[in-house]
Amino acid sequence: MRATMRRGLSTAMAAVLVGVLAAACGGDGDGSGSGPVELTVDVFGEFGYDQLYKQYEASHPNVKIRQRKVSTLDDYKPRLQQWIATNSGAGDVVGLEEGILPTYMQQKGKFLNLFDYGGRSLQQNFLPWKWQMGVSPDGEQLVGLGTDIGPLGMCYRKDLFKKAGLPTAREEVSKLWPTWDDFLSTGQRYQEKQPRTRWLDGPTAVLRATVLQNAGAGPGYSFFDKDDKLVFDTNPAVRTAFDTALKFERSGLTSDMSIFTPPWQTALKRDTFATVPCPSWMLGGIEEFSGDYGKGKWDVATVPGGGGYWGGSWLAVPKQTKHPKEAAELATFLSGPQGQTGAFKDKNTFPSSPQAAQDPAVAGHKSAYFSDAPTGKIFGEMAAQVKPVHLGPKNEDVRQAVENVLIAVGQGKVKPDEAWTKAVEAARKSAR
Amino acid sequence: MSVDLRPAGHQAPAPAPVPAGRAWRRRLARLDLKTAPYVFISPFYLVFLIFGGFPLVYTLWVSLHDWGLASGTRDWVGLENYRYLLGDADFWHAVVNTLGIFVVSTVPQLMLALLAANALNRRMRMPTLFRIGMVAPLVTSTAAVAIVFTQLFDRDWGMVNWALGLVGGGHIDWQASRGWSWLAIATMVDWRWTGYNALIYLAAMQAIPRDLYEAAAIDGASRIRQFWQITVPMLRPTIIFTVIISTIGGLQLFTEPVLFGVGTTNRMDGGSLHQFQTITMYMFDNAFGHDRYGYGATVAWALFLLIIVFSLVNFLAVRRTGGTA
Repeated sequence: MRATMRRGLSTAMAAVLVGVLAAACGGDGDGSGSGPVELTVDVFGEFGYDQLYKQYEASHPNVKIRQRKVSTLDDYKPRLQQWIATNSGAGDVVGLEEGILPTYMQQKGKFLNLFDYGGRSLQQNFLPWKWQMGVSPDGEQLVGLGTDIGPLGMCYRKDLFKKAGLPTAREEVSKLWPTWDDFLSTGQRYQEKQPRTRWLDGPTAVLRATVLQNAGAGPGYSFFDKDDKLVFDTNPAVRTAFDTALKFERSGLTSDMSIFTPPWQTALKRDTFATVPCPSWMLGGIEEFSGDYGKGKWDVATVPGGGGYWGGSWLAVPKQTKHPKEAAELATFLSGPQGQTGAFKDKNTFPSSPQAAQDPAVAGHKSAYFSDAPTGKIFGEMAAQVKPVHLGPKNEDVRQAVENVLIAVGQGKVKPDEAWTKAVEAARKSAR
Repeated sequence: MSVDLRPAGHQAPAPAPVPAGRAWRRRLARLDLKTAPYVFISPFYLVFLIFGGFPLVYTLWVSLHDWGLASGTRDWVGLENYRYLLGDADFWHAVVNTLGIFVVSTVPQLMLALLAANALNRRMRMPTLFRIGMVAPLVTSTAAVAIVFTQLFDRDWGMVNWALGLVGGGHIDWQASRGWSWLAIATMVDWRWTGYNALIYLAAMQAIPRDLYEAAAIDGASRIRQFWQITVPMLRPTIIFTVIISTIGGLQLFTEPVLFGVGTTNRMDGGSLHQFQTITMYMFDNAFGHDRYGYGATVAWALFLLIIVFSLVNFLAVRRTGGTA
């Protein structure tokens, strides 16, 4: 038996060796040279650029565009990190989500300064806060050009509301919850009538929205102050927001799910929860996963507590690109008003450009799946109310850690009275 | 290529006057004789050096830095990461999780494998079919297994909870509880690896001489007694092998818990309170999720040392319990 094993091992070794040699010999050719310029665009999720690429290629015959799309940000993050750290492999244009933009701001030297490529004249194309976040803190470098934003609305199930004796018309529904406390008490009323379902999908969106609303109305920063120092436990805006989200967990009003996870997707095909706070990009997700089952059952109202947004991205050009001029030009086109309108038409990503937001194709847009809700108008009004909030480089890490604590309260694994202490500890560890 | 197969000793006292060409050839032959074996085995070591040795040393180098891939920081901190690791409650939590899942999965797995191998070792119809059947789970992809099992163990709509409901059992939130999540993950691991170990045991069992059993049977030993007093002791080297392989695999458990945690915001967290976060998940999360590449490397080295320690402990323990011989 020993001998057999050893022979097997050496065969395996030989196989590995052959594989290695074969891999070493098969190099891949590079598209650069005198011929057409090939530009690679790296994105995650849905940016809605497919039509725009064709349009751009038609007007720029020497450019060929290749898109590499990864479906989730989680899978995209480590890849991008490796490309940037090793100075090779990244696309000529890369998407940077709001959670990772502050991180890459710390090594802005790895990206082109788009001010050098005609970026200064683009400022009026963007909402002021969106523009500002793409510029380095010292104002010297334009790292990213804004693409979409995620103004918040509240998606709700009309059929479940009806069963619980609540109004179903979106104007009346919006009037039910001017504040988060009203939203909570409506939820309690709902769950008394519909005890087999929950009011909300999970605590994530409530925390996110309340943090931004309180921070926007208050100091202008949330978990980190403007020097990127952790102020989680001392910022009253954070405490207020946390306590608001905790109330929902304490009263058992959420299903303790995280968005876009498989359990959440399954739940959308059943009667599991009645509301989902939805940034504009969430509508596509609900439509996809709720599918035929949810057709005609969903509608969109306003979110409690005033303005808020969640998510959104920027386009940047890594310095490693071989075609800086062409790449910057493409990024400018995709993030311009025309590009943003095109992306909205394709995948409903809400534009960060006021011109695009006023385009009839956006402003007058009605969402068929959501009972013809005037989403262009709802989200447009919300976007105009947004007050910018500074996010530190470790903002996402802290957010996830705190969200975990809230979910653990809902699961009965953390006592509500200890939740704040736990959250502070979790925030401190993840900000390290 | 002609090889001079004469032992080197015969030509050792080289006569002084030799034509230049012959001396050269002789030297070449001797060189061939001495170095050829090393050249023949060198591919393994070269491949190991490139893909094993270099990363090992490089990881050590990285672990001595405060290094972030995304932020671009890279400062020498010496042993600071290791000092932090020793007092890092999250790391030790992950170690306990990993060991817990390892014990919950490996002990029943090897027991079942042994019993299955014993059953397959009897005379039966279509033995090949059953033997191949044992390894069928192994050829399915880990990801597919984990996704299916995670659905079976779903809190609201899972089949396991449905079945428990039928027999009047309680409704279990598999992801939320530490113990239940370990059990669920151990189930996936066992489903996949029991058959593999059974086949290894079976191969070893067939090498046990039949006459031992015949002699025992004549002496009146029952089947159970034959199993414990002949089969198990004769399998001891094989059992040691499987235990060590399982230890290495168990301490590196990654795919199953990651996919089991798809309901968590950050998949690498392994549950809201890190109920089933293993060491490798903690390593990956630090290195690539939270931009602490240096600390991730530190965790990797700690894992490397842990695997050596536990393999040794298991080796000694199994040898000791093996009893006589």
